Amino acid sequence: MVIVSVEALTHRYGAKEALRGLSFRVRQGEIYGLLGPNGSGKSTLLRILATLAKPGGGRAAIAGQDVVTQPREVRRMLGVVFQSQSLDRKLSVTENLACQGWLYGLVGSRLRKRIETVLERLRLEDRRDAIVNTLSGGLRRRVEIAKALLHEPRLLLMDEASTGLDPAARLELFDYIRELRDSQGVTVLLTTHILDEADRCDRLVLIHEGRGVTEGSPAELKAGVRGDVVVLETDQPAEAADRIRERFKVEPVFADGTVRVEIGDGHRFVAEVVEALPGAIRSVVLHRPTLEDVFLHETGVPLC
Amino acid sequence: MLVPAGWLPVAALWKRELLRFKREKARVVGFVGSPLVFWAVIGSGFGDLGFFFPGALTLTVMFSAVFSTMSLIEDRREGFLLSVLVSPASCGAVVLGKLLGASSMAWLQGLILLVFLPVAGLELALSQALSLAGVLFLIAFSFAALGFAVAWRMDSTQGFHAVINLVLFPLWMVSGALFGFASAHGWMSWLMRLNPLTYSLAALKRLLGSGLEADTPSLAVALAVTLACGLALWLAALLAARGRWTGGAA
Repeated sequence: MVIVSVEALTHRYGAKEALRGLSFRVRQGEIYGLLGPNGSGKSTLLRILATLAKPGGGRAAIAGQDVVTQPREVRRMLGVVFQSQSLDRKLSVTENLACQGWLYGLVGSRLRKRIETVLERLRLEDRRDAIVNTLSGGLRRRVEIAKALLHEPRLLLMDEASTGLDPAARLELFDYIRELRDSQGVTVLLTTHILDEADRCDRLVLIHEGRGVTEGSPAELKAGVRGDVVVLETDQPAEAADRIRERFKVEPVFADGTVRVEIGDGHRFVAEVVEALPGAIRSVVLHRPTLEDVFLHETGVPLC
Repeated sequence: MLVPAGWLPVAALWKRELLRFKREKARVVGFVGSPLVFWAVIGSGFGDLGFFFPGALTLTVMFSAVFSTMSLIEDRREGFLLSVLVSPASCGAVVLGKLLGASSMAWLQGLILLVFLPVAGLELALSQALSLAGVLFLIAFSFAALGFAVAWRMDSTQGFHAVINLVLFPLWMVSGALFGFASAHGWMSWLMRLNPLTYSLAALKRLLGSGLEADTPSLAVALAVTLACGLALWLAALLAARGRWTGGAA
């Protein structure tokens, strides 16, 4: 079943086109990622899905309800974790959750039960009475997620939800998300520009300049890049690229002052290229394609 | 919990303001303290604490109410407002919750000031005290609505201060709080008659029986104008917030 359907969505801020015909679909129970550099239109898309902005053209629907014409119905189904904090810092964890519950029409014993459930799920039981101001960044993020999940949304939108977290806390956060999906069947749509997060999504769409470039599971996307990736650091990248083009019949790409080559037999190429360019190479790196390579392969520009 | 579903979001935002207020004791002291000092100094200077009491009461309530709604700007900056805007709560509920939160705090501060009635040499029967409380709440609600309508469009608290002070002080000064109709000449007395706050203050003066003059509007007129202004400002706050698509979030 399709939970999110986005069709040919456009949006502009004045002269700047933030979205130029973005389309994709998210199925029930998926963890779906939007991967793209800052300014690629990810946050704009999330604002439209959260009914905070109207699209210029195209259509977006959550479980069949149009975000423009049925905002109330859409809001009921959504849990949103923003890039910025949305908690009241002067209130305790429980007070924040209770306020959120009332906003969504939850009261009394039902509300208390839900608060217990989300506190337990996000392992916040022993922090229930702490004032948000006194919590660490990682804990606050967990409270944000607890808040977004309180009314049992069908779809969780997360805009760069791991912002400000250290790598360990980021991985932990993702484990929570997985757990949620597995235990509750919650669908998650998240934006990220961080590779290890994108790698953990079920499916991804790569976004560049307001358009979807390519879509698929991380493995499928990586399979689209042929063989291995070899990155050479050299003092004369242009010269080295010419020699490689001539001898190996491949098209090297320049990125961040390095020469990148996508090639089938990486290990053989490394041996040969070091022989062919004696003394000119400062370092050679050989690796399996990453999502960053996929992005570069598809768009010609680096992800970050 | 005996709150109908549509009122729950109102109650949610209302309660939030109360909880915040409870944790900011400095605000309580500041809002009650400064008008008290003002009243004591000016009232003693002129040797008439009774005349300046309604003015001090108004000053407390209006400033407290307006500056409570300033938190709207922080709510936006800190992101809290964003989570309210993506909730199913209606625009009207969000406005009302915020206004009730701000005005009930201001109202309580006004009520605290009533402790000083005997010092001002004034007396109050219970029925008058209840009416007085009602008028104070109306004043609080009106100024909370004014603050809301301005704060919704502002992105800095400094800007809010500048705009609000420009409006609040002149309004208060020519409302009969500092001088009566008798000592106002020509256009100034007309300005007083045009100032809506003159009527709110007149209602307080009538109920307290202090600073009354021949030209002081009757209680009925004073109440009618106060109520009408309150409704108009509430409408202004609602209209400001209706632009949530564009003005909603940073």
